[in-house]
Amino acid sequence: MQNLDSKIPGGPLAEKWAKHKAAIRVVSPANKRKLEIIVVGTGLGGASAAASLAELGYNVKAFCYQDSPRRAHSIAAQGGINAAKNYRNDNDSVYRLFYDTIKGGDYRAREANVYRLAEVSPNIIDQCVAQGVPFAREYGGLLDTRSFGGVLVSRTFYARGQTGQQLLIGAYQALNRQIDQGNVKMYTRHEMLDLVVIDGKARGIIARDLVTGEVRRFGAHAVVIASGGYGNVFFLSTNAMGSNGSAAWQCYKKGAMFANPCYVQIHPTCIPVHGDQQSKLTLMSESLRNDGRVWVPKKKEDAEKLRQGKIRPNDIPAEDRDYYLERRYPSYGNLVPRDVASRAAKERCDAGFGVNSEGKAVFLDFSDAIKRLGRSVIEERYGNLFQMYEKITDVDPYQEPMQIYPAIHYCMGGTWVDYNLMTTIPGLYAIGEANFSDHGANRLGASALMQGLADGYFILPYTIGDYLAGEIMTPKTDTNAPEFVETENRVLSRLEKLMKVRGTKPVDYYHKALGHLVWEYIGMSRNEAGLKKAIQEIQSLRKEFWGNVKIPGELNNLNQELEKAGRLADFFDIAELMARDALNRKESCGGHFREESVTEDGEAKRNDEEFAYASVWEYSGEEKEPVLHREPLTFESIKLSQRSYK
Amino acid sequence: MADKILKKLNIVVWRQKDAKSKGRFETYAIENISQGSSFLEMLDILNNNLIEKGIEPIAFDHDCREGICGMCSLYINGHPHGPDTEVTTCQLHMRKFDEGDTITIEPWRSRAFPVIKDLIVNRSAFDQILQAGGYVSVNTGGVPDGNAIPVSHEDAEEAMDAAACIGCGTCVAACKNSSAMLFVSAKVSHLAKLPQGQVEAKNRARRMVAKMDELGFGGCTNTGACEAECPKSISISNIARLNREYLSARFSE
Ligand SMILES: Cc1cc2nc3c(=O)[nH]c(=O)nc-3n(C[C@H](O)[C@H](O)[C@H](O)COP(=O)(O)OP(=O)(O)OC[C@H]3O[C@@H](n4cnc5c(N)ncnc54)[C@H](O)[C@@H]3O)c2cc1C
Ligand code: FES
Repeated sequence: MQNLDSKIPGGPLAEKWAKHKAAIRVVSPANKRKLEIIVVGTGLGGASAAASLAELGYNVKAFCYQDSPRRAHSIAAQGGINAAKNYRNDNDSVYRLFYDTIKGGDYRAREANVYRLAEVSPNIIDQCVAQGVPFAREYGGLLDTRSFGGVLVSRTFYARGQTGQQLLIGAYQALNRQIDQGNVKMYTRHEMLDLVVIDGKARGIIARDLVTGEVRRFGAHAVVIASGGYGNVFFLSTNAMGSNGSAAWQCYKKGAMFANPCYVQIHPTCIPVHGDQQSKLTLMSESLRNDGRVWVPKKKEDAEKLRQGKIRPNDIPAEDRDYYLERRYPSYGNLVPRDVASRAAKERCDAGFGVNSEGKAVFLDFSDAIKRLGRSVIEERYGNLFQMYEKITDVDPYQEPMQIYPAIHYCMGGTWVDYNLMTTIPGLYAIGEANFSDHGANRLGASALMQGLADGYFILPYTIGDYLAGEIMTPKTDTNAPEFVETENRVLSRLEKLMKVRGTKPVDYYHKALGHLVWEYIGMSRNEAGLKKAIQEIQSLRKEFWGNVKIPGELNNLNQELEKAGRLADFFDIAELMARDALNRKESCGGHFREESVTEDGEAKRNDEEFAYASVWEYSGEEKEPVLHREPLTFESIKLSQRSYK
Repeated sequence: MADKILKKLNIVVWRQKDAKSKGRFETYAIENISQGSSFLEMLDILNNNLIEKGIEPIAFDHDCREGICGMCSLYINGHPHGPDTEVTTCQLHMRKFDEGDTITIEPWRSRAFPVIKDLIVNRSAFDQILQAGGYVSVNTGGVPDGNAIPVSHEDAEEAMDAAACIGCGTCVAACKNSSAMLFVSAKVSHLAKLPQGQVEAKNRARRMVAKMDELGFGGCTNTGACEAECPKSISISNIARLNREYLSARFSE
């Protein structure tokens, strides 16, 4: 068994990071020039890390699978980024942001990591402003903020409905500057397919040039994984089409343990699925729930008529509408946290009150807000979202309520890291959505952007130095070492194996089938029988895939079907581990809802006595059951309590 | 409400094995496409049909499918990103087409964007232009407080209008001269509008324009096609600002 040491520094919570920074080693400028770092991913996590490390003097090689680093899926984040600036004088503080994040995560995250995140959050805003991020400004010229779900203060900074885009462009500009200066070598349209470990340390990667199909070796003194989340295991998700879990998964197979895979976030307000031709789901920002009211008809007949298109929502009088969130949660109403809102929508639809032809949608209605505030105010607040909604659905949300339904959005689970963001493989780091560190069992809105940039700008550049200080005598990694040859051969033989199946069904067929399984059994609501069934069905589907997938084209050419097949092959394995993890966790917490663990009125029930730990899984070989390790979570500053939004 | 089904469409599409091979148009028929589907979902279905027949699927770029990453492209029936306005191809829906339509799909055509395969082109020239100064020269850390320098609401909004560019390449594809002026000017304006970016504004304009010329983009003759086709409605007035910055940079040389 490997050693699971979270390396949390001693001392009072508020002093841990400062003390730690003072204690860790620093590499001299002359030595930094001799050290190489590989960064896989150029989203907020990867781009900020690559740029900051290069500024410090390290030689960086950065990778992304798209044609430009600017296209990483961070670009799609809409709502905003949190920071404990207290510009509003509303009594926000580092402690309050820390507390909200721990509570929002349903007490399943590490105190020390979350506190550090809150502590560096103000620096992020300063950094982004200096880079030229056009945050929204008030008329006096100062930065504007807004409120987000689950908190009592206004600490969310934003750039219209395109905050992720603007923050990523800021990081991308910093990255471009380092590319311009020759400190970063950028490899676009390159996909990492395996990690190379030499003498127990991460020493490089094997990547495929997606244009030529060539499989190549890249060496370094340390490797950073910033490859995003694995939400596409569901097939339909709010992730980008190419978002994948493969980089993290290959590291898992090389010994980097994987934590809390069952913690995924289902976002309540997405545009519902239409028919069976759909390829992805579009998010409607959480901010809409500030002014929109969620409802379904009270009468089943009305729901039936809506489904058949016989009546329109506006035909249903107010007294026949069930504003079920306001009814069930009078104090939080439409602003309950994401997991609660999602489950409530599913409950109504399962009970037969769904409003679209598939019976899987509820209304998000702005008519009251439009009456109260006027159309122009709503337009100013949500104009771009309303436009996007209309383009997709052909329905004008100013005239008729939006239809929404929950969809998979974010992965709290990910590669296990210690306080230094190092995985269980020395020299291998994981940052951004790819790691498991800060959000526990449920992430608060506007906190993923904060975490990605905190990791990349302000944490990793310090902690990686502590490791690299021990590597200054290590020469440049020799990519002709037997470990490289062997790993490359394994990658090649897997690609060849996929090409050789020459079966009858395209990759999408299997991905859709897997998505259905995962949504059904490892989605919003889970139970023991379903999870056991899921494991079996995933295994048999995986077998069928490897025996019958059809991939045309060539290995040595651009081949998008081959790319998809490789990612899907890993999604099967990830799905299985999600099911195992969900099966083990016989409690409900955050995004993980076990039907066996509910309160008398059907709400999620945590079990701190038995499950106040992070589940950390260790790979033990093909077709073998993984080994579960438990990292106990101890709370020194916060008292655990059941969340209630009644 | 259930969407209408388009029983039959003819897809005429550019096929090209790789950068070195010669390309040609191929025609494929496709049936039963829901008008609620997106254009790229239609292509997914066509591709899966092709795969089942043992034909290599059509390669095209896409990722977010939300109109924000700028990865999708396609020249559809003579328009970059197709016939709808203010949308990228991934947001284009089949409602914009009718039963029996013939839809012609080509890659971006520009010397600076060579075809890689089928509908995929190489847009790395855009990255190279931005690497030539399209940034503010600050390192991580040691920057002033975010509220230390006030920025007027209007300036922030104007900077944001320009910063909304998604770098998809429509402007180049739409322009008969293959000019990248709208793209370059959007970045120059975004940063010049903010005090943080003002410091290097002149030098930035000079370097980026030089890079653009070096990479083989054509000159701007003010046809306005770029603005008309831009999925993010980036304004051509940015080009005027770029010209001003550029000229004053030349004068101060
Ligand atoms: C629609 C949407 C809206 C959101 N809105 C918000 C919001 O308002 N506020 C908020 O805080 N969070 C939001 N989130 C969450 C947040 O955007 C993400 O969690 C975060 O941006 C992830 O950043 P990242 O750097 O970890 O990964 P990503 O941005 O996903 O980047 C992944 C990178 O890894 C690369 N990559 C992946 N695999 C490989 C491989 N094998 N080889 C090479 N490269 C690889 C990709 O090319 C890419 O560059 C939203 C998410 C979505 C989907
Ligand atoms: S796929 Fe991202 S903009 Fe179209």
